[in-house]
Amino acid sequence: MMASSYNAKDEDGHITVSGPGGGTLRSKKPENTAFKQQRLPAWQPILTAGTVLPAFFIIGLLFIPIGIGLFVTSNNIKEFEVDYTGVDMSSPCFNCSQNFSWNSTKPCTCTIPFYLDQPYESNVYVYYGLSNFYQNHRRYVKSRDDSQLNGDVNSLMSPSKECEPYAFHENKPIAPCGAIANSMFNDTLELFYNDPNGTRIPIPLNTTGIAWWTDKHVKFGNPGGNNPNLTAAFQGTTKPVNWRRPVYELDADPGNNGFINEDFIVWMRTAALPTFRKLYRIINKKSSMVPTLPRGNYTLEVVYNYPVRSFEGRKRVILSTISWMGGKNPFLGIAYITVGSVCFFLGVVLLIIHHKCGNRNNSADISN
Amino acid sequence: MTWRSPLALVRDALRGQRAREKDLRNLASNLPYEGLERAKQPNCYFPGNAIKTTKYTLLLFIPMNLFEQFHRLANIYFVGLAILNFVPVVSAFQPEVALIPICVVLSLTALKDASEDFRRYQSDRKLNNTPCLIYSRKEQQFIKRHWKDVRVGDFVKVVCNEIVPADLLLLHTSDPSGVCHIETSNLDGEINLKQRKMMSGVCISDPEFEPESFNSAVVCEKPNNNLNHFKCYVEKPNKEKVGAGIESLLLRGCTVRNTDHAVGFVVYAGHETKAMLNNKGPRYKRSKLERKLNTDVIFCVILLFTMCLIGALGHFLWLQALPGVPPYLVPDGNGHLDSPSLSGFYMFFTMIILLQILIPISLYVSIELVKIGQIFFITNDIDLHDEGTDSRVQCKALNITEDLGQIEYIFSDKTGTLTENKMVFRRCSIMGTEYAHKENAIRLAVLDVPESEEEVIFNQQPRPPRIGWSLDTEDSNPEDTRHHHDNRRKSKVTGNAQSDAAFSSLLEAVVIPDRTLLQQISRAESSSSSRNIDPHLDFFLGLAICNTVVVSVATAQRQRVSGVSRSDQTSNPLDTLSSLVKKSGSRQHFFTSWQHKPKKNRTISEDSVEEEDHVKPPVKIEGSGETNKLHTCSLHAPSQCDKSAMTPDNLSYEAESPDEAALVYAAKAYGFTLLARTPDSVTVRLPSGEDLVFQVLDTLTFDYNRKRMSVLVRHPITKEYVLYTKGADHAIMELLATPYAEHLSGKQKNIAADTQYHLDGYAKEGLRTLCFTKKVVSDKAYESWSVNRQRALAAIDNREELVMDTAVQLETDLSLLGATGIEDRLQESVPETIMALREAGIQVWVLTGDKTETAVNIGYACRLLEEEDLVINMSCGNKFAFTSMLDCTLEEVRRFSEDPRNVDTTQNISLVIDGHTLTLALSSDLQKRFVDLAKRCRTVLCCRVTPLQKSRVVTVVREKLNVMTLAVGDGANDVSMIQAADVGIGISGQEGMQAVMASDFAISRFKHLKKLLLVHGHWCYTRLASMIIYFFYKNVAYVNLLFWHQFLCGFSGTAMIDYWLMIFFNLFFTSVPPIMFGIMDKDVSAEMLLGVPELYRTGQGTGEYTFKTFWISMLDAFYQSLVCFFIPYLAYQDSDIDVFTFGTPLNTISFFTILLHLSIEIKAWTVVHWVIMLGSVALYFIVTLAYSAICVTCNPPSNPYWILQRQMADPMFYLLCIITTVVALLPRYMFHVLRNSIAPSPLVKARHLDRLDPSTRDQCMKMWRSFRGIAQVKPSRLSTPPSPTLETPVDIHPHSPTTFDIMWDERHH
Repeated sequence: MMASSYNAKDEDGHITVSGPGGGTLRSKKPENTAFKQQRLPAWQPILTAGTVLPAFFIIGLLFIPIGIGLFVTSNNIKEFEVDYTGVDMSSPCFNCSQNFSWNSTKPCTCTIPFYLDQPYESNVYVYYGLSNFYQNHRRYVKSRDDSQLNGDVNSLMSPSKECEPYAFHENKPIAPCGAIANSMFNDTLELFYNDPNGTRIPIPLNTTGIAWWTDKHVKFGNPGGNNPNLTAAFQGTTKPVNWRRPVYELDADPGNNGFINEDFIVWMRTAALPTFRKLYRIINKKSSMVPTLPRGNYTLEVVYNYPVRSFEGRKRVILSTISWMGGKNPFLGIAYITVGSVCFFLGVVLLIIHHKCGNRNNSADISN
Repeated sequence: MTWRSPLALVRDALRGQRAREKDLRNLASNLPYEGLERAKQPNCYFPGNAIKTTKYTLLLFIPMNLFEQFHRLANIYFVGLAILNFVPVVSAFQPEVALIPICVVLSLTALKDASEDFRRYQSDRKLNNTPCLIYSRKEQQFIKRHWKDVRVGDFVKVVCNEIVPADLLLLHTSDPSGVCHIETSNLDGEINLKQRKMMSGVCISDPEFEPESFNSAVVCEKPNNNLNHFKCYVEKPNKEKVGAGIESLLLRGCTVRNTDHAVGFVVYAGHETKAMLNNKGPRYKRSKLERKLNTDVIFCVILLFTMCLIGALGHFLWLQALPGVPPYLVPDGNGHLDSPSLSGFYMFFTMIILLQILIPISLYVSIELVKIGQIFFITNDIDLHDEGTDSRVQCKALNITEDLGQIEYIFSDKTGTLTENKMVFRRCSIMGTEYAHKENAIRLAVLDVPESEEEVIFNQQPRPPRIGWSLDTEDSNPEDTRHHHDNRRKSKVTGNAQSDAAFSSLLEAVVIPDRTLLQQISRAESSSSSRNIDPHLDFFLGLAICNTVVVSVATAQRQRVSGVSRSDQTSNPLDTLSSLVKKSGSRQHFFTSWQHKPKKNRTISEDSVEEEDHVKPPVKIEGSGETNKLHTCSLHAPSQCDKSAMTPDNLSYEAESPDEAALVYAAKAYGFTLLARTPDSVTVRLPSGEDLVFQVLDTLTFDYNRKRMSVLVRHPITKEYVLYTKGADHAIMELLATPYAEHLSGKQKNIAADTQYHLDGYAKEGLRTLCFTKKVVSDKAYESWSVNRQRALAAIDNREELVMDTAVQLETDLSLLGATGIEDRLQESVPETIMALREAGIQVWVLTGDKTETAVNIGYACRLLEEEDLVINMSCGNKFAFTSMLDCTLEEVRRFSEDPRNVDTTQNISLVIDGHTLTLALSSDLQKRFVDLAKRCRTVLCCRVTPLQKSRVVTVVREKLNVMTLAVGDGANDVSMIQAADVGIGISGQEGMQAVMASDFAISRFKHLKKLLLVHGHWCYTRLASMIIYFFYKNVAYVNLLFWHQFLCGFSGTAMIDYWLMIFFNLFFTSVPPIMFGIMDKDVSAEMLLGVPELYRTGQGTGEYTFKTFWISMLDAFYQSLVCFFIPYLAYQDSDIDVFTFGTPLNTISFFTILLHLSIEIKAWTVVHWVIMLGSVALYFIVTLAYSAICVTCNPPSNPYWILQRQMADPMFYLLCIITTVVALLPRYMFHVLRNSIAPSPLVKARHLDRLDPSTRDQCMKMWRSFRGIAQVKPSRLSTPPSPTLETPVDIHPHSPTTFDIMWDERHH
């Protein structure tokens, strides 16, 4: 309608432009709807001692039993841990730990005896644990090529630049490339049960079922799909610098070889915290009658390859049963019990407050 | 178009540039060149009339908009970070992904800009295609074209009620006197008609106007934006020059009224028109909250840098502590490892990128969105809609809604803001004799009574003889009685509807004459010879002449009802009228009766006014007649200006100020009817029926310095030059001719004194007073003055001063005729509003140009001043005296307030100060003391202040006390004040739109201020403050998760949360709830806020958003992030969890904590809240699950594939989520509970009351208010009066209740 009033009208968003002779007179009266008048029915909770009391008691009453349950479950988990780093002179692995080299051809073996004072009834999970190993370092975490690991042939031959400087070696692409793969844990652990009569019975360790199903079947894949001839598939690539064997020789079992080798997959899932454990093997329960690991003496035989001295790391082997809540960790149970108790206590405090101040609020004495 | 060499194009462009830049422009008619190509036309260098107000073009939108957006520092910061991310050594994320947030923010803003620009484009297009009439030589007539086709040099014809398409030099009008009326409401909002004169003699215009005969050159100045100034001359072929000014210019955007058609020569077109040059962009103010927010953003920056430093240092130390080169340290491409110090240095930047969202990138966008929402609700409030004018509240400044909730001082204009600005003539004093106009007072009183009562009064009233004047004396048939009744009801309706139809409302139009005065007039008329005019007649002549009222015939105006839809801001009488029409529809039979006899001349019956049977002053019912006609003949374009049509009945007056209209109506009531006004003459019909045509020689217009106006006329009978002057009494009294008074009889000598006495009385009643004087100027004196005047008018330098000087020269030795008292009624609910505002802790100051007495009385009437109040009256001439007075008063007031007996009563001191004293008080050395004093006063009334002083007061208070100020006013004199205050509110009232144009918010009634501040202000403030605090909290709480992780990853800058999820987290999952919270949360209901204004105090001063609240929420954020990180950490310690599997529960926990934190803060849960909150949760899970299911290798290194799915299959995940959220929120929850239980704030109490049922609630509310009320209204007296030794003693006295009672009676029947 007029030129001079653009600004004013633009601002409130009501442009009414109409030439002379056009336009009708429409009331600008706002609609009287609950929404526009901000009168929508609303639930208006007021947090006062009286109203929140039940919540606190309910939380208290719920959390304490949950906490106790968690605590008991966690306590029922049997866990045995042995450090085989070999820092001390007395340690059987001391010698192995001293002569460090990624590429030493002569394997160094050390034997660690230990005693289990309790039988392990259910499946036993064998973990290796590393401390002070920052698998979560930003550049380390990045140093991989997921499409290569997924079986992409192009990536196999030309790994992404994220893998630098572990992408090429002697002008050949590294498979698998990157720092994570390069630093893969390569100790071999074997477990023997020392029968009371003196014989050393090797305990069968299951190498499969330790990685996520989705990782093994979706995320990781060998180049060329199900091509059984992995050597051909990895033709033209070279092994990571620190590895002793190429990737297609990780395992004899073709279903667990190459990129879908479960030890490899587990290692590639970089740990969140500098002290971590990774699943190494599973000792399956044989029958319901015999415990998986009976009480007694055991021997752990370690082929000591992995150097940890450069970061003052520790290597451990953990034998553990697991429950529905995972491994042994009493923290959550304690936390639940504590929080439940605190809430219960606060509930009591609020009850007192409610009795002291609540009446004042509820009465019409608003003028204080 | 033919091809032309680039050189020629450049040459042309340069020539065009020169032509446009020249100080004087030579324009010629386009007609001789019609049909030629454009380059050959003489005016081709000047832009066409098509306008383009869009900022961008389609092609250049992206670069221009980006350029614009990068003016914001925050945007540059974020882009800088995104670019930094491309540097490999420091990059924390994938570089491409890091661009996403900034891109989203930029594109959101761009989208908003684009939609605004598109709206502008559409309105431009519509405007450009508006039809208009342009003369074509080919067709020999005006043909229909569009606005965009108009070019400089064209001849454009505009017909009645059409909008002028470009700036036109008026060459011809249909009006025989060469006048064209225009309404400039589109430009300055003034709805009165203005006259424009045509330039004569440059074109053949008899009998038909022939543009082709125009062969002169028009020379005009370079376009400028001054709406009231234009210089131009027309040079005829014979070199004769005819000058023209603004009075011959029709401005683009104006509407032609009362004129059949007019033809003009286009001088400026398109963007060069004055209207477009005046078109400034929207106003941007920074609100207090935003200023504060900016400091907090700086705190965030400091925090960010600290955290980054910690990260850098940590990384350095971590590297230093390593004994060798561990396998997890990845060297760069060459196998080279950086030294620890260099890595630490790089790490600093990586940390900045990683923790960048600590600076809330989306906060600014969110705030803008929230404010749009808030404004939507404010403008849609039905309570702020004025039925009378059908206008909503307008928010002109988009970004200061929350300032409304923090106001501490209100500076209000009086006239038109507190009062209706509907002037009603109440009484007058002529030659020292007072005429009380009792009947008029009774009539007004009757109008005030509620309708039902009125009916009773009317029916029972047996027309007491006391009322000598009555409407229905001619014939007393029932129909007429009903008519009479209807008349009253009609005015009642008008009154109720708060119409803006000031110039036609019955209230002002009908004045019941005073009987004695009528007699006096008739006696004077019969006796006076033509030579010697009775002063009584002169008085009314002065009333009728000395003004700038434009007369229009009722039928000819306001026809635009159906014609033009109006803009939001022009609230003019029209809507009122149309709504009246609508209303009357229900009372059909009344209406028909009106139509039967709308023009009936009712006269004063002979039996009631027996003495003068020849005096038959016509009683007009303008409002009614007009309403009626409006209905019937709205589609015609009548503009008959012939005198015969001008019966006094259908005249209506349009005045710049309502006082003038009221006075003209008063004169008319006594038979002195202003019939017509042209620039050169005034026609007045005398009571005898004789029409006198006065030649108007000059009009000395009103200004704030002189405070008076004069009209110099030549009396048609006596041929004398007579100067009628009216003005404020103090401006007039000193100009009275003393020698003249000396040789008059003793009785008359006292005229001035008597009049002054009456004037004081009027003022005490709260009436507006004006003095009328006359001066006969001798021929010789006139001649010499006239020469001076012409010189002054022609002057180029300091023209205004010279013109004013000439005015002052002439306005001397005046002889007093009399004085008038005009009532300006208080607006509806003003006292209640002021009471409420005061309870809300707002100090209300009134700044008015009126006399002290008037102001004080209005002050009592609207309860600014209370009966028990201690009123300090400051009026002092010299500075020395004032200084000591100020010190003394200050000392007294201090002592008073420190007196333990008066703890609760300090508020009850009020200060009244006049303009002159105010000047002293505001001088730089006394300022501080004055403000100190004013701070302790509950009310300050400043009288007789100039517009400049008003803004000075506002500025001084704002700066010295450092408070939030709000100025509210309706007139041009309030503009400076409105602009000086933090929040300017314009009232779209009687005095045009200047105040509204300058304001941040425009309302139509003063009472709307109550809801605007107490409800919307409070809501907007608390909503926005809580939202901003929440926003800071949210970002810190989330980003700190990453920070804590740095302690466990060697400060290497690892993010354990997938970067896409982090982006989604901020952009989608947690962005809508706070925005909704900022728009819709309602801590206390509107009823409670209105019922207990005290609640407003929570927002005042520092309000809820303070340094403390900011840091508390920061600490809370730190605590919560610690909990959210370390509980999962402890739970997953020494397990086989991987980085991103660890991040997923963290993300989820943080998400729930942040949302539940908001739920604690939300005070009222409506459907919208539930939908958005639950929607956000659903969105989080759906998006994250979908993302984890689809993304197999898509976003290295995070590998989100199947992580959440796996986590959700694990009971640990849920157990962790529950306990962490509970622990994180427990302190805040407890804090709220304890505070609400042990020491509930007033707001919490109010919320408790809100839940009661309405009746109990009302009771409680009353109790609450009365309790406070008692505490406040405790009567108080000063122990000792201040020292009376002062030259001008401080006038401290409790105001006498008698005056107050009188006032009360008259105003609140």
